[in-house]
Formats: sequence, C-alpha cells, structure tokens
Amino acid sequence: MTFINYASREINCKIVYYGPGLCGKTTNLQYIFDSTAPQARGKLISLATETDRTLFFDFMPLELGTVRGFKTRFHLYTVPGQVFYDASRKLILKGVDGVVFVADSQEERMDANIESLYNLEENLQSQGYDLMKIPYVLQLNKRDLSNIVPAEDLASELQRKGEPVVEAVASTGVGVFDTLKAVAKQVLTELRKG
Amino acid sequence: MADTPILLREQQYHQIKAVLARLRMDASAKVVFLVDKDGQEIASQGEVGNLDTTSLASLAAGNVAATGGMAQLIGEKEFPTLSHEGEKDSIHISVVGRLLLVVVFDERSSLGLVKLRSKQVSHQLATMFEEIAAGDFDDESPFAGITDEDIDSLFS
Repeated sequence: MTFINYASREINCKIVYYGPGLCGKTTNLQYIFDSTAPQARGKLISLATETDRTLFFDFMPLELGTVRGFKTRFHLYTVPGQVFYDASRKLILKGVDGVVFVADSQEERMDANIESLYNLEENLQSQGYDLMKIPYVLQLNKRDLSNIVPAEDLASELQRKGEPVVEAVASTGVGVFDTLKAVAKQVLTELRKG
Repeated sequence: MADTPILLREQQYHQIKAVLARLRMDASAKVVFLVDKDGQEIASQGEVGNLDTTSLASLAAGNVAATGGMAQLIGEKEFPTLSHEGEKDSIHISVVGRLLLVVVFDERSSLGLVKLRSKQVSHQLATMFEEIAAGDFDDESPFAGITDEDIDSLFS
C-alpha cells in the first residue's frame, strides 16, 4: 500500500517479484543492489535457507529520486518460489502496489511458470487484488541459455493483459532495470489517478 | 485495488511522534517505532543512531505476518503481542489494528513495563490512525498533477 508522508516528504511503494523456484527473483534484487549507489538503497535482507534458497522473503529499499518534492522510495520484495512456501507468498503480497512476474525461459520450466502464474492470480485474489488491475510486468529471464522457449511463444503463453514484457538475463543485469522501470512507472501512474 | 494510499499529514505525523516520545520515556525504552502491517515505517522516536529502521520495520511486519499465519492455523485470530528477548536488547511488538508498535529496550527497562506502557497508548494510536486512514486522498494528492516527464525523470 502506498504510503505518503507529508512531514518527511516521502512516498513509499511496495513491489513484489513473483515466479517459480530458481527463476531469478533474488538475482534481480541482487543485481539492483550491486549496481546502485549505497546512498540510494538500504541493506538487502535475505531470509534464506543454508543453501541460499529464499525461505521467507528478500527485501531491499531503493530510492529512485524526487517527484514534485517527494522522495520516491520503492520497497522491493521477492517471494519464496518453491511450491510448498505458499503461505509465505500470500503474506508477502499484502499491501502490494506492483508485481513483477519473473518467468524462467527454459523449456523444462514452462509448466512451473504456468503453475506459478495461476498461484499469483489466486493469491492476489485472496488478498483482495485483481491481477488485471494491478501494475504488472512480465519478465522473461535467462534469455542467455540455450534450451529456451522463443520469447514470442513464452509471452503468448504467459501474458495476461498486454502488460510490458521484458527479456532479461538477471545474472548480468540485462533487462533488470527496464523491468523495474516498467513496473515503477505503472505504480506512479496509478497514484496520479488517486 | 484493495488498498488506498495512506496519506500522513505533517500535523498528524508530529502528533504520532509525540505519543511515541512519551511512550519511549514512560517505558524507559531505547527506540519506539510505529510500522504499518505491510512493513512501511510510519514514525520512530529514540536512539535510532545507526539502526536500520527500514529493514527492522519490514522484518517486524514479516514476523507478525508469519506468527499471525500460525495463529490462524491453530484457530486464533492473531497473536496480539510478540516479544523477543536478547542478552542485552529486546524487542516487544504489539498489534494495534493495522499498525505495529515496536519497542526496543535494554536492561534499563523490563518486559512487564514495556507491555504495560504499550497497552496504555495503543488505543490512542488506533484512534489517531483511524482518522488518518479516513483522510481524503483525492483532495490533496501531490501526484494528481504529475506528468509522464516527471516519472521519466526518475530513471534518466
């Protein structure tokens, strides 16, 4: 939920990166963290297992700059992708302002993408949101691998409402900021509507 | 969309800060802060120093959300208070409607005192926040007039 503080002249928004296990949600955040000036971002908090799988969430606050005298801060979260962490995923969607769905482009992960996308729609609904109305971006990740589904096929399977589609290689940063920009723009545009 | 933005005006912010300052003194606490259940920090008061209150706010909300999920699994609505005791510093979190009141304290205080004082201000904070939540967003949104250029400028 967007929070506008007149006293500190700040606006805070929440963006959640969603997607199947090992699709690269944490890698997106890690790249943003590594390539952003320390004064523009806070710590990257990772609640992960001993094998670096996300257990609860990753979190990172990011300051983008000033609009009309208000500092715009985005709180970036990831969800745990593994199927059995569904209760945690629901909790993290509370108060969300925008969602990035990170799809794994590998052929063998197609079913996992579809299952995760259904799960996103369900969990958004359980929190009172509608995927068709919320700021939303589809990222096609891992485009550098050899065993990938063509981008057009992946998009036609996963695109829900004409949302922006960004091809990415999160590990090297390709498409990472384009994705963030696409969702942040939609969130701020929603604010304009009031 | 399920939620409308929370719009906190300057006067309301200072009222909240005053309540937190009093609580901090009465509870002999190090830091007191108020967090939205979604993890947004609303205001803090005390020896913040190098404390990363943004991360703490997010983790406190995650903590309450997780224990709230457990509560529902055993048939409870929620667990209204949470306490974590460390060797030196401890944290007490109380759920106040859609807010979390987080108190960080050390050996200068005690869990009993913090619980008592937190409970005493809970009602006041809940009432104040109801007024804030009922505020009219449309009238005063500073973003009603933002242009595509304003938004693009953030990414240039």
